[in-house]
Amino acid sequence: MESITITHTQPDDLGFYGNFGGAFVPELLRPNIEELSSAYAKCNQDSSFQDSFVQLLKDYVGRPTSLYFSQKLSSKYGCSVFLKREDLNHTGAHKINNALGQILLAKRMGKTHIVAETGAGQHGVATATACALMDMKCIVFMGEKDIQRQAPNVQRMQFLGAEVVPATSGSKTLKDATNEAIRYWINHPQAYYLIGSVVGPHPYPMIVADFQSIISAEIKLQLKEKTGYELPTKIVACVGGGSNAAGAFYHFYSKDQVELIAVEASGKGIDSGASAATSALGSPGVLHGSMTLLMQDHHGQVIEPHSISAGLDYPGIGPLHAHSISTGRTKAVYVSDNEALMAAKELTLLEGIIPALESAHALAALDKMTLTNEDVVVVNLSGRGDKDIETYTQLI
Amino acid sequence: MNVFRQSHKQLSIFTTAGYPTIDSLYAQLQMLEQKGIDFIEVGIPFSDPMADGPVIQETSSIAIKNGMHIDLIFDQLSEIKCPLPIVLMGYLNPVLQYGIDRFLERCKQQHIASLILPDMSLDIYKRFYEQTFLSYNITPSFLITPITSDERIKETAEVCRDSFVYLVSNNATTGSTGNLNLDQKRIQEIKNVCGETPLFIGFGIRSSRDLTIVHEHADGAIIGSAFLKAVAQNETEDFITKLRPNLPSFQQ
Repeated sequence: MESITITHTQPDDLGFYGNFGGAFVPELLRPNIEELSSAYAKCNQDSSFQDSFVQLLKDYVGRPTSLYFSQKLSSKYGCSVFLKREDLNHTGAHKINNALGQILLAKRMGKTHIVAETGAGQHGVATATACALMDMKCIVFMGEKDIQRQAPNVQRMQFLGAEVVPATSGSKTLKDATNEAIRYWINHPQAYYLIGSVVGPHPYPMIVADFQSIISAEIKLQLKEKTGYELPTKIVACVGGGSNAAGAFYHFYSKDQVELIAVEASGKGIDSGASAATSALGSPGVLHGSMTLLMQDHHGQVIEPHSISAGLDYPGIGPLHAHSISTGRTKAVYVSDNEALMAAKELTLLEGIIPALESAHALAALDKMTLTNEDVVVVNLSGRGDKDIETYTQLI
Repeated sequence: MNVFRQSHKQLSIFTTAGYPTIDSLYAQLQMLEQKGIDFIEVGIPFSDPMADGPVIQETSSIAIKNGMHIDLIFDQLSEIKCPLPIVLMGYLNPVLQYGIDRFLERCKQQHIASLILPDMSLDIYKRFYEQTFLSYNITPSFLITPITSDERIKETAEVCRDSFVYLVSNNATTGSTGNLNLDQKRIQEIKNVCGETPLFIGFGIRSSRDLTIVHEHADGAIIGSAFLKAVAQNETEDFITKLRPNLPSFQQ
C-alpha cells in the first residue's frame, strides 16, 4: 500500500513515476532545476512556509471551497453526487492554489521576476494575480492564436500588470507558449518559471501536485463531516495536463476502493483527427522535459490536439497521470465537445452553476459511468464558466 | 581513435537537414567539405526544440514541412558519402519514436561519429541508454556550460572520451544575438579539467574574431545559427570564407 502512494504522488530520485516523468532537460537548465529542487525541499520541511500558504488559501482565495451535494444530479444518476466547488476560488478556478504556492516559493528563493505560460489564460490570470499580490514582475507567454481566442483573459492579465508576450513559433498555442517560457527561463536564469500544470521536468509535476493536493484533503474532511463516509466511491476530474485531477486524486491514490476517473477531451471524436484524448491516442515520448504519453506522428513530431476547451488541448499529460492510467489505477474516460456543451447547459439549468468548459467534461462523464445507489461520486468542478459564455451562447 | 582529437584547431558547421529544401544537404555538405570544414553536425528537425533560438526553430519547422525525417537523413547521407565525420544532433523524441536500437544500428552503418541529444541529460543517459549506445560503439557528446561544476565536467569528459565535450558559450539558447562574452580564464580551466577529451565551443559563435578566441583555448568551434542565416541569404560560401580566409590550407 505504502509503495503505491509513493509512486503516484512522490516520484523517485530522478523524478520518475514508474516509466514516466524525469527531467529531460539540456544542461543549460540544470542549475535552474537544481536551485528549484533544493529550495522546494527546504520549504516543504518548513512549517512557516506551509503556514503562510494555508493562510493565503484561507483568507485570499476563500478556501475551503464547498463540497456541494447536488440533489438534482443525484436523482438523475441514482447515486450521491457531490460537486467540489473549485469554481468558487478567487480568480474562478483551482489554478490559483498552485500559483500562490509557487509564488511563495519564488519569494523564498529571492526571485523578483516570474515567467509563465498559459493556454486559455486561466493560469496566466492566476499567475498575474499572485504577482500583483507579491509585487513581482510578471511575463506570460501565450500562443498568438490563443491571444486572439481568449481576449478577455489577455485583458485581465494586462490589467493586473502582467506583460503578455505572443508565442509565434510552431503552432502558436499552449505547447509553443510552454517552449517559449522554457527558453526564456534558459536565457534568464534569475527568473522563476511558474508552470501551470503537473507537466514539465521534475520537480514541477511533484510541486504542482503537492500545491493542488489541498483539493482532496478538503474533500476527505468535508465528505466525512457531511455524510459520515470516510471515502467516496468515485472521483471524477478533467485532465488536460492534469493539475486539478492530481489535486482531487492526491490523497486517494493509496485507497484502492476509490475509483479515480480522469476525463479527457475527445474533441470531435477520438478517431476524428481533431481530439485531445492523449491517453487513447498518445504513446510514450518526451516533451517539455518529461517522459509522458504524447500525441505525436510516427516521426516523433508533436501533434497539435483539438478540444473546444482551451484548457484541455495539450498534446501531453502529466507524467503521474500517464503512470497511473497505464498501471490501471486511474481510469480514462473520453468526452466530446458536444457532450461537454450539453453537460454545461444541464448543470447551469439544474443548479444555477455555470461550469467552465473544462469542468463540463468531468460532468459529462457521469453519463458514461455505471452508477448504483451505493455510489458516492465527487466531481471536481475545477472552474467557473464566465470565460466560456461566448462559446455557450453561440453553440447551445 | 577519436576523430575529434586533432593536432590542428577545428571548425564544425551545424546545418538542419531538409532546409531550405528537402535535398539541400547534398550541396551543403559538398561545399563544406571543399571549404575545409573539419566535421559537420546534421540537425534532425523537431517540432519543439527547447534549447534553440528562433533561427533553428524556423529552419526545423521548414524542414519538417518539407518532409524531412530520420530515415531520409540516413538515406541522403548514405548517397552523399561525405568523407568528413558526421555528428547527428537532435532531440530525444524523434529518436525514441524511431527506436533507439534501430537508430543506433543505422548510425553504425553510416559511421556516424557522435550524437548530440541536448534533452538527454547525462543522468538520463547513464540510467537508461548508456549500455545500448556502447553496444553499438557509439559515444554521444554532452553539453556543459561555463557554470557547470568541475566535478560534473570531469564526469562528462570521462563519458565523452571517444567523442567530445560541447561547451555552450554562455548560458543561453542557440543563436543569441548579444555580444559573445567568453570568459577566457574559465574556458582554459574547463579545457584543463577535460584532459584528453576534446573540447568544442558553440552557441552564439558567428565571426572570425569569435573563432580566434575559441581556438586559443579549445579544440574547435561549432557554428549553427549564423550559418543557417547565411543559408537563408544564399551566402554560405562567403560566410565560410570570411570566417576563416586561410582555409583550406589551414589544415595542411
